[in-house]
Amino acid sequence: MAKISVDDLNLFYGDFQALKNISLNIEEKKVTALIGPSGCGKSTFLRTLNRMNDLISGVKITGDLKLEEQEIYQKDVDVVSLRRRVGMVFQKPNPFPKSIYENVAYGPRRYGIKNKLQLDSIVEKSLKKAALWDEVKDRLNKSALGLSGGQQQRLCIARALAMEPEVLLMDEPTSALDPIATAKIEELIVELKNEYTIVIVTHSMQQAARISDETAFFLMGELVEADKTQKIFTTPRDQRTEDYVTGRFG
Amino acid sequence: MNKKQLEEKIAFSVLTVTMLLVVVPTLLIIGYIIFKGIGTINWEFISAMPRKGMREGGIFPAIVGTIYLVLGTIILALPLGIGSAIYLTEYAKQGKITRLIRLAIMNLAGVPSVVYGLFGLGLFVLFLQIGTSILAGALTLACLILPVVITASEEALKSVPQSYREASLALGATKWQTIQKVVIPHAMPGIITGAILGIGRAAGETAPILLTVAAFFLPRLPKSVFDQAMVLPYHLYIISTQVPNMPQEIQYGTALVLLGLVSIFFMIATVIRIKFKMANRA
Repeated sequence: MAKISVDDLNLFYGDFQALKNISLNIEEKKVTALIGPSGCGKSTFLRTLNRMNDLISGVKITGDLKLEEQEIYQKDVDVVSLRRRVGMVFQKPNPFPKSIYENVAYGPRRYGIKNKLQLDSIVEKSLKKAALWDEVKDRLNKSALGLSGGQQQRLCIARALAMEPEVLLMDEPTSALDPIATAKIEELIVELKNEYTIVIVTHSMQQAARISDETAFFLMGELVEADKTQKIFTTPRDQRTEDYVTGRFG
Repeated sequence: MNKKQLEEKIAFSVLTVTMLLVVVPTLLIIGYIIFKGIGTINWEFISAMPRKGMREGGIFPAIVGTIYLVLGTIILALPLGIGSAIYLTEYAKQGKITRLIRLAIMNLAGVPSVVYGLFGLGLFVLFLQIGTSILAGALTLACLILPVVITASEEALKSVPQSYREASLALGATKWQTIQKVVIPHAMPGIITGAILGIGRAAGETAPILLTVAAFFLPRLPKSVFDQAMVLPYHLYIISTQVPNMPQEIQYGTALVLLGLVSIFFMIATVIRIKFKMANRA
């Protein structure tokens, strides 16, 4: 079943068209990988799904985007509640300069949860889901900036999970990490897809092949091909896809 | 010695000399004031009313007046300045108009302080009929230090990494929650630096207060913000130029007290700044 359906999406930065006629269904509780060379629009596409592109001035968007039955780009859409349903993890780990606990509790607190016990249990649950609990349970009140890069990224995942989102967007979440930390995050993503719909932008073809169920290949603002990951990597329909996944360019 | 090493030596020497040219006179001035003024400082000088046409007694009312005036200025200027800076960096659409506003603010920082005094006299004292008072003076000084506060606050807000804002918004926080909980705490040390610079100016200016608040001789404490007050910089000016046969020790003593008072303000602000810095690291 499609969790997010995108129909004929066009996105402009001023006069430059960054996304052209994109139509794509994102399946529920699957990992969808967005691949393509730099500047192909995959990150831009990801950011339309929780409307982070709103922050950039001069962006114009046309087309129909739906999260289940909810429109994403209508005038009266409450962006705040949309972003609670669609969490995001960024390329560079970006924990707040606060304690580990406060980082995870940040979203729920803004949502209005004040009860200490309730927050405690959300923090514990989220950190466990992000496979970080055992490493930090004795220093929850220490600064998040003291964690290693990989731990910081898992903290950011925990922070996003604390909002109990339905969809998790990940923008090259391992590109700033070493191979061991990357492996941990990949393991975690596979684990998380049991509960969440995950959309991940990645530069690494191997990563897409390892962890994703569906793959969408972007090139110069166009969606060239989207299909089962296995199919994309073995028998793609489009010559350009084949050239890219076999490493002939990009 | 080859040419490169020689160049290195010369550059280093020149830089050292410029540093000394800045530091040494400052230390000399401070040292001289301490040396000449320290003998005058005693409990009576700090806590008593002036007597005999200010030639004897203390400078208590001027100290109190200065504290009131600086506090009043900060209370008025800080929220206004931070608010404008937040508006300019976080909310306003960046374009011609914000550039014009920034240019205006920078120009305001260069306006001579006596012009602010005249402006305060015209607007607050006369037109709004507040009269010569601490309130009118604080309002005038607030206008004077606003450019400094706004510019420093803007720089501080701009230095907050965009990734923090994005992270907060992506977690479903509203823009205002993001500003309140992430942006301002992180910018606070820089904002307070601006406040410190402002305090320094507010405490030391003579021309604006001369026209809006200062009393020549008022041997009692101000009763309310609508009262006139004696203020240290102006007091120093009149006892140095307007009162004949003024003992020199009192002049230097007054200068030393002004210096000390400003230092105390700086120290308080610095402690607050360190507190915020620590909180950011935690």
